[in-house]
Amino acid sequence: MALASVLRSDYTDSVNKLSRFDNGPEKIEVRAALGEDLGFAVNASFKLSDEGIKKKMEFHHGTTTLAFKFKHGDEHGVIVAVDSRATAGSYIASQTVKKVIEINPYLLGTMAGGAADCSFWERNLARHCRIYELRNKERISVAAASKLLANMVYQYKGMGLSMGTMVCGWDKRGPGLYYVDSDGSRVCGDRFSVGSGSLYAYSVLDSGLKDDMTVEEACELGRRAIYQATYRDAYSGGQVNLYHVHSKGWTRISQEDVLMLHQQYKEKAEQG
Amino acid sequence: MMLVLGLLKEQTGIIVLSAACGIVAMDFSQEFGNSGKMQDYYYTGPVQHHFSPYTDNGGTVLAVAGEDFSIVASDTRLSEYYSIHSRDSPKCYKLTPSTVIACAGFHGDCLTLTKIIEARLQLYKHSNNKTMTTGAIAAMLSTILYGRRFFPYYVYNIIGGLDEEGRGAIYSFDPVGSYQRDAYKAAGSASAMLQPLLDNQIGFKNMEGVQHVPLTLDKAIQLVKDVFISATERDICTGDGLRICIVTKEGIKEDTLPLRKD
Repeated sequence: MALASVLRSDYTDSVNKLSRFDNGPEKIEVRAALGEDLGFAVNASFKLSDEGIKKKMEFHHGTTTLAFKFKHGDEHGVIVAVDSRATAGSYIASQTVKKVIEINPYLLGTMAGGAADCSFWERNLARHCRIYELRNKERISVAAASKLLANMVYQYKGMGLSMGTMVCGWDKRGPGLYYVDSDGSRVCGDRFSVGSGSLYAYSVLDSGLKDDMTVEEACELGRRAIYQATYRDAYSGGQVNLYHVHSKGWTRISQEDVLMLHQQYKEKAEQG
Repeated sequence: MMLVLGLLKEQTGIIVLSAACGIVAMDFSQEFGNSGKMQDYYYTGPVQHHFSPYTDNGGTVLAVAGEDFSIVASDTRLSEYYSIHSRDSPKCYKLTPSTVIACAGFHGDCLTLTKIIEARLQLYKHSNNKTMTTGAIAAMLSTILYGRRFFPYYVYNIIGGLDEEGRGAIYSFDPVGSYQRDAYKAAGSASAMLQPLLDNQIGFKNMEGVQHVPLTLDKAIQLVKDVFISATERDICTGDGLRICIVTKEGIKEDTLPLRKD
């Protein structure tokens, strides 16, 4: 399967040497990754609730991420806004997770669903994009990058990967925004919100979007949408990370703690 | 005349004879309580026994990063359900002169994982003629863990060490390889008790009007000791002893502290 070959290609020599270390089952990692002839291979949900073992392995899930295209006269752009909370069951594992993965200076990927799934496959996507650049002497398009990612995870369809990501960037055709997920969807669009808090973010986003918006207005809209989602969704919180994608690549606009934003908006509401 | 003799299941003290002539049943259960009662026997069908490849060996690990040092600490108790296998089984493993890894969870997977990491470190050293940096070890561990995405290593890892600039760096992982750099992190059975305390004392979270004093090495060591003593009070899987590894540019120093053995 692709996972084994992906990891193997990075250290072909080492794996061969490793298998000679053990003299026993060759390529333990490969076999385990394939899940064959392991009668007790874990199924997709990872709930190892056998008698006596009350603790189950918990992974990081739950989020709010959004991205939308906007224009101001002739200038176009994409705003990407995410929260930063990672939960393992009902425990908050971290409030400072980076959910926007910088694939290269003009491509961004967001993270929603399983943290390890998103970060691994998007890091792998970065590798493929770089190889494309070296082979073709030009930057990869957003459509092609998102297609590469979609095809990579499609091979694991049904095996329990959980990934809902938005590939955002700038290429020859202008701003690009694609939604890719582990079920195999790949959709091009003007605005998306992904995660457990997406419903709340959509409502703010949809009501605030205008045909012509300045960069500041668009940033504020993205920030407000994530803030509202963190307010109502238990699985979202921490900080709001904001990025702006334009013709020269992406820029990190801001990182604000939701608590600060709450006070800011409250003061503004009391004044106005 | 019909004589019906029945033994009521729940009350062995009673024999009920009911006949057309009518004889009163005597109820002994109220006097003697339930102690003499016979259990119900129900046939449940064949029971399938499951083999689980995992078990939880308990233990807590913790790491704190300072300006020019890192502290990685773990308790030394190895338990399984309600038994203790060993009182002297530390969970910190030295990888390089500037990196220590702490692993909590299933001890079998901890041992195998550290063996694999050590082998990969040697391979890297032989092919690249340099020691792996802390950040590189973290990135490598992420891919090693993700390689077993469909049959994970049941280990919660924390790597502590110095980065290339000599500053303290710790990286915390989930069982399938998601990781990030932190200033402080607790993992293992008492992590949910320790992490909020660290958030408050090191991160100054939820405190207003407090001066953010940078953490010194001595204060950090004292904090780690206090925090583990507290965890031992309230978590059954944590205790027996504390092993602290202090990583500075001079190298790795070890310190131990006995903890409650109950």
